[in-house]
Amino acid sequence: MGGQSHLLFVIAALPFVGALLPGLMIRAGRNACATFTAMPTALALVILLLLAPSVMRGEVVQAEIEWLPQLGLSASFFLDGLGLLFAGMILGVGLLITLYARFYLSGDDPMGQFFTYLLLFQGAMLGIVISDNILLLLIFWELTSLSSFLLIGYWKHLPEGRQGARMALAVTGSGGLAMIAGMLILGSIAGSYNLTDILQAGDAIRASEWYIPALILILIGAFTKSAQFPFHFWLPHAMAAPTPVSAYLHSATMVKAGVFLMARMWPALAGTDAWFYIVATTGLVTMVLGALIALFKDDLKALLAFSTVSHLGLLTMLLGFGTEAAAVAAVFHIINHLTFKAALFMTAGIVDHETHTRDIKRLGGLRTLMPVTFVIGTIAALSMAGLPFFNGFLSKEMMLEEASHTDWLGSHYAVPVLATFGALLSVAYSFRFVAHVFLGPVRDDYPSKPHDPPFGMWAAPALLVVLVIAIGVMPVLAETLVTVAASAVTGADLHPHLKIWHGFTPALYMSVFAIAGGAVLLLAHGPLDRIWAAAPRPEAKTIFDWIVKTFATAARAVTELSHNGAISRYLAIFVIASIALGAAAFAGGGLGPTTRELLPVPPVILIGWVMLVVATVLVAVTHHHRFRALVLIGIIGLSISAGFAYLSAPDLALTQISVETVTIMLLLLALHFLPKESPRESPIALKVRDAAIAITAGAGVAGLAYTFLLRDVGTISDYHLANSYEGGGGTNVVNVILVDFRGYDTYGEIIVLGIAGLTIYALMHALLDGPAARRLKNTDYSQDRSRDRHPLMMVVVTRVLMPIAVLVGIYIFLRGHNQPGGGFVAGLVIAIALLMQYMASGFAWTQARKRIEYHTMIGFGVIIAGLTGVGSWLFARPFLTSSYTYVHLPPIEEFELATAMLFDLGVFLTVLGAVMLMLYSFSRIARFAGETVNVEPMDYDPGEHVDDDNGKEN
Amino acid sequence: MELIVASSVGVLTAGGVYLILRLRSFPVILGLALLSYAVNVFLFASGRLAIDMSPILSKYGGATYTDPLPQALVLTAIVISFGMTAVLVLIGLGAYLEAGSDKINVGSGGEADRDGEGGS
Repeated sequence: MGGQSHLLFVIAALPFVGALLPGLMIRAGRNACATFTAMPTALALVILLLLAPSVMRGEVVQAEIEWLPQLGLSASFFLDGLGLLFAGMILGVGLLITLYARFYLSGDDPMGQFFTYLLLFQGAMLGIVISDNILLLLIFWELTSLSSFLLIGYWKHLPEGRQGARMALAVTGSGGLAMIAGMLILGSIAGSYNLTDILQAGDAIRASEWYIPALILILIGAFTKSAQFPFHFWLPHAMAAPTPVSAYLHSATMVKAGVFLMARMWPALAGTDAWFYIVATTGLVTMVLGALIALFKDDLKALLAFSTVSHLGLLTMLLGFGTEAAAVAAVFHIINHLTFKAALFMTAGIVDHETHTRDIKRLGGLRTLMPVTFVIGTIAALSMAGLPFFNGFLSKEMMLEEASHTDWLGSHYAVPVLATFGALLSVAYSFRFVAHVFLGPVRDDYPSKPHDPPFGMWAAPALLVVLVIAIGVMPVLAETLVTVAASAVTGADLHPHLKIWHGFTPALYMSVFAIAGGAVLLLAHGPLDRIWAAAPRPEAKTIFDWIVKTFATAARAVTELSHNGAISRYLAIFVIASIALGAAAFAGGGLGPTTRELLPVPPVILIGWVMLVVATVLVAVTHHHRFRALVLIGIIGLSISAGFAYLSAPDLALTQISVETVTIMLLLLALHFLPKESPRESPIALKVRDAAIAITAGAGVAGLAYTFLLRDVGTISDYHLANSYEGGGGTNVVNVILVDFRGYDTYGEIIVLGIAGLTIYALMHALLDGPAARRLKNTDYSQDRSRDRHPLMMVVVTRVLMPIAVLVGIYIFLRGHNQPGGGFVAGLVIAIALLMQYMASGFAWTQARKRIEYHTMIGFGVIIAGLTGVGSWLFARPFLTSSYTYVHLPPIEEFELATAMLFDLGVFLTVLGAVMLMLYSFSRIARFAGETVNVEPMDYDPGEHVDDDNGKEN
Repeated sequence: MELIVASSVGVLTAGGVYLILRLRSFPVILGLALLSYAVNVFLFASGRLAIDMSPILSKYGGATYTDPLPQALVLTAIVISFGMTAVLVLIGLGAYLEAGSDKINVGSGGEADRDGEGGS
């Protein structure tokens, strides 16, 4: 079987891959679009048929790819009888719907979109029925909710379409959330998320104390999807969708997903009292209620929608009975309901398409005008009514047979009577569909002159009614499929025999009574309809809207309370919450004894500490003087760099000191355009409050740091220390970690840095195009400006320093792999060297001498780093595996060449480019604000004799 | 030494938290810078403190080294926090230039109101 099993992946992927086609092919015309939609479906169907023989023999086709084994999530699929039945329905009806929709959709409707949604939905449905992993199943389950939302709301211009789609999403989506919880419980009871394991752990699951919660949560998911009472209300509203969607979603697929799930979970969950009373009762109530409402609906599609609700109730009830015979009946009825209900929806669509109305009160007498449609619709409706020689009769008989010997809370009559009543109502609305649409006198007030549609439109329903009759007359045709599917549902080896004649059984009498009663009810429909219209009923949509509104109001109230636009408040809440969580964690966890001695404190360090503390306190207290605060920040940064150097972290010291420099420059540039002082506006109470929060936070962090500093910890770094030289070819372990062991992280980080640089550049441009531009131009910055903008000393010194600085940068870069340094530090050092030129010699002068754009530099950096990583693929090694060699060129000492160095070059370029682009962007703002630009390195040439004291203006 | 490092982290955190609770964008940015220092030192310290044990492999063997991993993580964190600061500064600058005010609280509510009364 292994040879074929991977075909399951193909089946699962085909609709999603195919979903790309319609959108593209619509340019080639509507026929091409429909054809290309049909192709992946047809292909998947063919593959399914290839797999069918072995499934029919009772085998199970399985295929698995591990995805996230730690979570128990794998991309595993399996195909058994039940899966085959549903996959066949989904794909087969999918094909017919594609054909039907080709003719149904008008030229104004974007057909490419429609077919893309349809294929997405088809893929999601297929995924549900062939998933072997319940987590995967949940993903597909949610995907059906989402894609059906798109389909139901396809006619975006119709408010009913949008509201119906939203309601369907809200109901089925929240049901799906409940189901996720249920499935997770189920998985933890069974100890596996694989369906095949879960289905075999039925006894353990039913015995678990978590059985009831899991059952209820999963059933909420199934009931919402399959529109069971009291969640039935979304289905009729989803009828605002185009008819092909209704026919697909509400006959074969979406609403059957809930039924499928109950059938799938049958071996694990069914057979208990809880299952019987919840599932069978809900099904029974839904069946009767749906049928009753359907009888009084005047909209053709609403009638069919409620009849679908009713039939889904019937299926649910059968599964709820929990007996094997009932499961057989359910499986058989799934097939039968699909055939007649899809045909009926398509018939309703044809009637709507041709007469431009779906209102039964405005129809009638179409028998002679649309003979083909009449025949198709009548056969399907009679099957729905359950008349002999149509397939609906067979499964309804089986249902009544099961109902006739089911006790409910000790009563022998409750279930049979209600089931017969439901069947009776079903007969009545089915007859009404025929009698009030096709029979009766021909009218002369149809909104449009009706006639039969083109062949393409009635071909699909015609094929379905052929099946209705074929199965109805020769039920043995469906026997194999029903056998394997029912065996898969129950987990037992069943051999049902589908027959038309069972003898004079109670079911037959119930059936006869139902048909006769239904006919009588139809005759009395007029007066009953008036009573129904006058009777007060709760309107589901009003209730739903009220609930949604209440939730929205509550959500808004909470949002406005906590998210009112005051960042200070969010931050205060965040800090206090963090402190509380930290305190809770601290109090909850045990603390071992200290294992480390305190290190001695030399006096120099003490001085540095005092500087840091004083500077920090001063920044906090006197932050209103912004310039002074910046100077103090610089002191703090330098103290920290010194601390790093002392505490055996030379790389950090180098990085910190160079970052410090560029940060301060950046803030200085920004401060140029900002107010130089913060107003003193915080009331004293606020200051005290904030200080209390701050001191608590600081004390907490300090306590935490002190606690762990005195205790040893297990570390993974021994590996890095041991393999740095052997594996990475460098003795600077920090650098080797950056470019080799954790190279992938570093790769991500330089990309982030590059993006930050580009973001700043883009924001700067947006700023200069907006209202800020005016403000910039009109502000007088002359107070800030030095008279001697480019002092002679600075220019000369930086000019001399430039080559030295670049040399130092290159040196730091080259030694990085073995000694402190590397791409990050080198990039920053060179950036500082360039910045000095900008500051000393002026923007334009430096800019004119710049050869490479900083954007390009970022791009090259990322590409070089990436290619270095990809390069190791060529040698069949994982991404970013480094390799190195020692080279000996005669005049120079032996040196090392490592691919890691190439990666480091990428890091270097990205850092340099990003830092320069950021500062360049700030300078652009300065120029825009009216900063004059020098052409010469200095504002005046000292070699030139000048009489005027003011020098040469530029 | 441990006390020195721990108290430095604490003082930096306290200063940072106090500043990010201010009402203007510039002190908030300074506060974030202080918090970055605090977090970086904190992370670095999680490798425990060591003197004269740089993670530079010695030719002669037998040497002990401090934990290099936190250092590598902090090194990139320092550079990234620079990038983040730069973006924030530009956003703050843009907000000031567009709105004409560098207040950070907008909308209704207690603190914003208070800011409105005291501000320019």
